[in-house]
Amino acid sequence: MVTLTINGSEHKVEAEPDMPLLWAIRDLVGLTGTKFGCGMAQCGACTVLLDGAPVRSCQTFIGDVGNAKVTTIEGLSGKVAETVQTVWADLDVPQCGYCQSGQIISATDLLTNNPRPTDDDIDAAMTGNLCRCATYHRIRAGIHEAAKRLEA
Amino acid sequence: MIPKLMQSLVLPVANAKASRRQFMLGALAAGGGVAVGYHILASSTAAASETAADGNKAVAFTPYLTIDNTGKVMVLSSQFEMGQGSYNGLATLVAEELDADWSSIDVQGVAGNVKAYGNVAFGGAIQGTGGSTSMVTSWERYRKAGAAARAMLVAAAASEWGVQPAEITVENGVLAHPSGKTAGFGAFAAKAAAMPLPVDVKLKQPADWKLIGNAKLKRFDSTRKTNGTEQYTIDVNLPGMLTAVMIHPPMFGAKVKSFDAAAARSVKGVVDVVETPRGIAVVGEHMWAAIKGREAVKVVWDDTDAEKRSTPELMAMYKDLAGKAPVAIARKDGDVDAGFAAAAKVIEATFEFPYLAHSAMEPLNAVARRNEDGTLEIWGGHQFPDVYQMLAGQIVGITPDKVQLHVMKTGGSFGRRAVFDGDVVVESVYVAKAIGFRAPVKVQWTREDDMRAGRYRPSYVHTLKAGIDGDGKLVAWSDHIVGQSIMAKTAFDGMIQNGVDPTSVEGANNLPYAIPNQTVGLTSTDVGVPVLWWRSVGSTHTAFAAETFIDEIAEAAGRDPIEYRLSMLDPQSRHAVVLKLAAEKAEWTKPLPKGRFRGVSVAESFGSVVAQIAEVSTDDSGGIKVERVVAAVDCGLAVNPDQVRAQVEGGIGFGLGAILGEEITLTSGKVDQGNFDVYTPLRIDAMPVVEVHILASANPPSGIGEPGVPPIGPAVANAVYKALGKRIRTMPLAKSFNA
Repeated sequence: MVTLTINGSEHKVEAEPDMPLLWAIRDLVGLTGTKFGCGMAQCGACTVLLDGAPVRSCQTFIGDVGNAKVTTIEGLSGKVAETVQTVWADLDVPQCGYCQSGQIISATDLLTNNPRPTDDDIDAAMTGNLCRCATYHRIRAGIHEAAKRLEA
Repeated sequence: MIPKLMQSLVLPVANAKASRRQFMLGALAAGGGVAVGYHILASSTAAASETAADGNKAVAFTPYLTIDNTGKVMVLSSQFEMGQGSYNGLATLVAEELDADWSSIDVQGVAGNVKAYGNVAFGGAIQGTGGSTSMVTSWERYRKAGAAARAMLVAAAASEWGVQPAEITVENGVLAHPSGKTAGFGAFAAKAAAMPLPVDVKLKQPADWKLIGNAKLKRFDSTRKTNGTEQYTIDVNLPGMLTAVMIHPPMFGAKVKSFDAAAARSVKGVVDVVETPRGIAVVGEHMWAAIKGREAVKVVWDDTDAEKRSTPELMAMYKDLAGKAPVAIARKDGDVDAGFAAAAKVIEATFEFPYLAHSAMEPLNAVARRNEDGTLEIWGGHQFPDVYQMLAGQIVGITPDKVQLHVMKTGGSFGRRAVFDGDVVVESVYVAKAIGFRAPVKVQWTREDDMRAGRYRPSYVHTLKAGIDGDGKLVAWSDHIVGQSIMAKTAFDGMIQNGVDPTSVEGANNLPYAIPNQTVGLTSTDVGVPVLWWRSVGSTHTAFAAETFIDEIAEAAGRDPIEYRLSMLDPQSRHAVVLKLAAEKAEWTKPLPKGRFRGVSVAESFGSVVAQIAEVSTDDSGGIKVERVVAAVDCGLAVNPDQVRAQVEGGIGFGLGAILGEEITLTSGKVDQGNFDVYTPLRIDAMPVVEVHILASANPPSGIGEPGVPPIGPAVANAVYKALGKRIRTMPLAKSFNA
């Protein structure tokens, strides 16, 4: 039995400590916004925040999470996140949308730490988030637009 | 039985000996083609009345839409949504003619009524999503459905209000009468749906369109894709559902000899380990239990019939075959031998293309459940629903109509979910059956399963030969293509005529250039690696070979690449027009800053023509980066211009990833790549700036999901040649420098 704090709520999950946080979130807690893409921290679709910092939940094990607070796309909040999500819809960034929870969490983290990122900053921060539809052109535009709106 | 039936479905098309493009245009010219006639609106077999998940009462107007008592319009889409925006396109067609409030529109996938949903571009007798045909098949049908529903709502309101229908206006989801009476669609939905279907409906004139062609229209589904609420197949969670992972054969064609599941069964959360015709399934309470259980299963394989060759051996065989005479001829104009004999200069080149994986972000999956009444339900990315209904029904011993498909959205596909054998869909049924249908089962592939299960873009070798006369004029051209047929040994093999699989040669046997003597030959190979259509299919390799070779010829002739292409095109042709548009927008004749180089290409696929100009830069170490791509697109009328742009942007990224780094290789029959550490689609740091220019067109919409892909490879390769002086003929690109 492991206790996880996800989006502000405590969840007791019946599982071994080596279970990846991804599968606990999806299959045991039932939050499906966090996606499975590769299982080896190569694609970023499973990105969540752990005490505010982005991690790949497919390579984060529930036994290691301890008291850290997990934030998934369903619990993402605050001005930066909401601006990113609004801009994403305004620019029609998603195509299939499958990777976008991870993209949005990574973009939110980037803008939280770097309010005016350059294209190179964006490439560096977002390169771990694969998008097979290659919506990168709009992801880049979306981050710049969110930065602009947050500054205003 | 299944293949035979499928064959009969596709044979009418094959017998007509029509190319895909001819057929598509033929269907359009016929004013709606086989299944799109107006009468079909009346053949509604959709539920006449159903309570939607939100508890509201929805009524069906035709097989194409329902409206509920709150006024919510649900478009019932025959086209599967994998990100390409077809749902949005169909919603646009319906909402336009219905004069609906765009924010009240939603879309769900449907299947099981081929009369209504059969794809016109495939002959109308089979439902399917592919070949970038969603708009082609939907253009008449869904606009008429919207217009019919509008007329029925007006008739209901007129009757209720005691006024003439002609006096009622409809705008933005509101019915209004000059007397001051107004109502939303919800108020009259039930009454309207019971109204007789109008005898004929008039569609709007283009000048009256508000949504079609509106570049500012936003996708109806973007918000749900930014907050984690969009539901994909992986998200299906039924009461009591179990999750299974598969152990597929390690080599294509290998079979299970024996297996030992004792240790796996003792893994916590593992429920069962069963054998299916497609491998061993480990069934768990959840995904992690199944994965851990799988690690403990020992399988002995019988590899007697397996494909055991390695990539170098296969490529050597392909190159050897490419040097011989082709087995089949896909095009023959003039006398190519005489043309070469008379040429002042002859150039030859050999191109090599690897297997490519679709590797959509959502690894393949499906969920199956048998109900107490013996019917079967399957949730999945049903790109070929009729096929899956038949295959699933066979496994269970029920007729296809007893198989209900829930068409889920999926995280990409790129062709991967349009399979002849049902693939993961039948796997879910096999596993559910193997456990005695005691619970619904989700089969979920891991990334490695997905990447190693085959169904790749086939590997190909092209040998090209061109002859130019003393003036540099291209007088002879031959292209010999060697590689696996996608359609051979499948239900679609009726499409193969005179030994030519059209998907092997498309883009090569319809070159737009005026070349008096040319042949396109094909040698189809017999290799045990399963292959499939991969976004833009044949044009993934044919356009690359042809458009880089044309550049090489232009150089030999001492001509500018665009000017040379234009000299072989009718100035009014679509190819010429998009080439000129791209040249103008990219300022082709303007010198570039030091260290920047340009390349061009143009390709037709799925009824659309796209020209691209790529700009690359080099660094001191000889590394190259694609900085900018300017695309000019003729896709007929752009229903959703911003989605046309999105598909071309994404298509460029998808195609660029392939030439920069994607490759599936085999070692003694085993696939070497398993995950994104070694199979490397494009990441954001390699994504160029993209500009998309859409040609204004009044022609009916043609494809756009795929046509952005073919030109990017050759445009970049031609720019890289300018930069580094090296012709790019072996994919992925870096291999050309080692070759």
